[in-house]
Amino acid sequence: MADLNELKYTAEHEWILVDGDVATVGITAYAAEKLGDIVFVELPKVGSTLVEGTVVGEIESTKSVGELFAPVNGTVVEANAAVSDSPELVNSDPFGEGWLVKVRFTELPEMLDLAAYTALTGE
Amino acid sequence: MTDDSPALEAQPRQSPLHDVHAAAGASFTDFAGWLMPVRYSSDLAEHHAVRTAAGIFDISHMAEILVHGPDAAAFLDFALAGKLSAVAVDQARYSLLLDTAGGIIDDLVVYRRADDSFFVVANAGNRVPVVEALASRASDFDVTVDDQSDEVSLIAVQGPRSREIIAATAGITGIQLDELKYYWSTNGSFDGVPLMVGRTGYTGEDGFELYIQADAAAALWAALTAAGQPFGLQPAGLASRDTLRLEAGMPLYGHELGLDTLPVQAGLGRVVNLKKEGDFVGRQASELGAPDGARVLVGLVSEGKRAGRAGYAVFDGDVEVGAITSGALSPTLGHPIAMAYVDPGLSAPGTELAIDVRGSRVAASVVALPFYKREA
Repeated sequence: MADLNELKYTAEHEWILVDGDVATVGITAYAAEKLGDIVFVELPKVGSTLVEGTVVGEIESTKSVGELFAPVNGTVVEANAAVSDSPELVNSDPFGEGWLVKVRFTELPEMLDLAAYTALTGE
Repeated sequence: MTDDSPALEAQPRQSPLHDVHAAAGASFTDFAGWLMPVRYSSDLAEHHAVRTAAGIFDISHMAEILVHGPDAAAFLDFALAGKLSAVAVDQARYSLLLDTAGGIIDDLVVYRRADDSFFVVANAGNRVPVVEALASRASDFDVTVDDQSDEVSLIAVQGPRSREIIAATAGITGIQLDELKYYWSTNGSFDGVPLMVGRTGYTGEDGFELYIQADAAAALWAALTAAGQPFGLQPAGLASRDTLRLEAGMPLYGHELGLDTLPVQAGLGRVVNLKKEGDFVGRQASELGAPDGARVLVGLVSEGKRAGRAGYAVFDGDVEVGAITSGALSPTLGHPIAMAYVDPGLSAPGTELAIDVRGSRVAASVVALPFYKREA
């Protein structure tokens, strides 16, 4: 599991971990908890172009459907096959094994740090 | 990430068991104006616990109305779609409250408590319309309609181990569990407080519903939970309750049932007793039947993991022929299931249709309900 202080967050409850020009993207524990048991994840394909703020995937729980928004502009370099096979990883380890995609980005937008994100969710 | 679940309304009501649920780590959701547990840890684990062992649900938000007086049976024969006068003391009956157009005001479970006394259990969200309809229909009868919803709590224990759990619960005395058949009730007490136990439920499993005065509910919950531990009893929330009832093909008011739905469309024609003597509210409309082309409720199954949800359109080729009312990836069956209203010519099992799942088509086949039936 990533150090939560190292991550950047969006108001749509995604997190990113930056390594050079590649960002690993996932959803936060707060979001996973709100969705309930996740049973299906649809991720953008490797090579596809992401536009910040647009819907690029879906995360379904038994009760509801969440949309995955691209947190950055860039190109998908890897999609986590493990969560496609075992969507429950998003619940059990949202900041680790439950990561969703890796994106090669051009520039990073303004994002929230842990304190700002925690203030947003009130938890 | 966004989520399409409804936002919390201002100040929903709390169950008498609220603090118990909070201490058990429950997440809460607003349901029909009540803040109720949606899950404790995992919807799926709670669902599977009910199918394989047992689950305990707080459904204290349900409305309970006592109808009593010399004319109680005749009154309910007039006010409801079923023939309640034919129900034996201690027996329960699923029934419908119709309006004059034959539409469904609510679906109900009615327990006969005595010759002149019936206990009507209604959906939380329909408490006001049910009490108002019953009161307004009572004017020509010697009967009292007493809304006891605030004084009565309801706890459901559901699953194959539930009978053993009730039998093992300390403090429950006087009930006749061995002879208790499905849709019958028995009376006893819990720590000296009157207790009614019905062999009823909303999960497709064997199970029991326990009615007790609200101030004794927390102690009863604790006793049941303690007795259930060796049997694998888990507290279960509304999320699992919804997937369980969907697998069992049971309708939910506001989804499969509503004022604009006739019972015959919902497959509930048998609940409307047109043979009973005398008039009842909705009789005339029910005798006319559904108009030509009225959509009917069907089950749909798909392959894969993408489930159709309430409101999604159903297609036959390029023609929109219906809409889903409830849908989920079935935790027990492992594939998507849905209930939908479709054009009447397309309701035969085996009919191939498609669901519009957020812009892409998913093939679906019509099947007979229920999706899941427990082994006898």
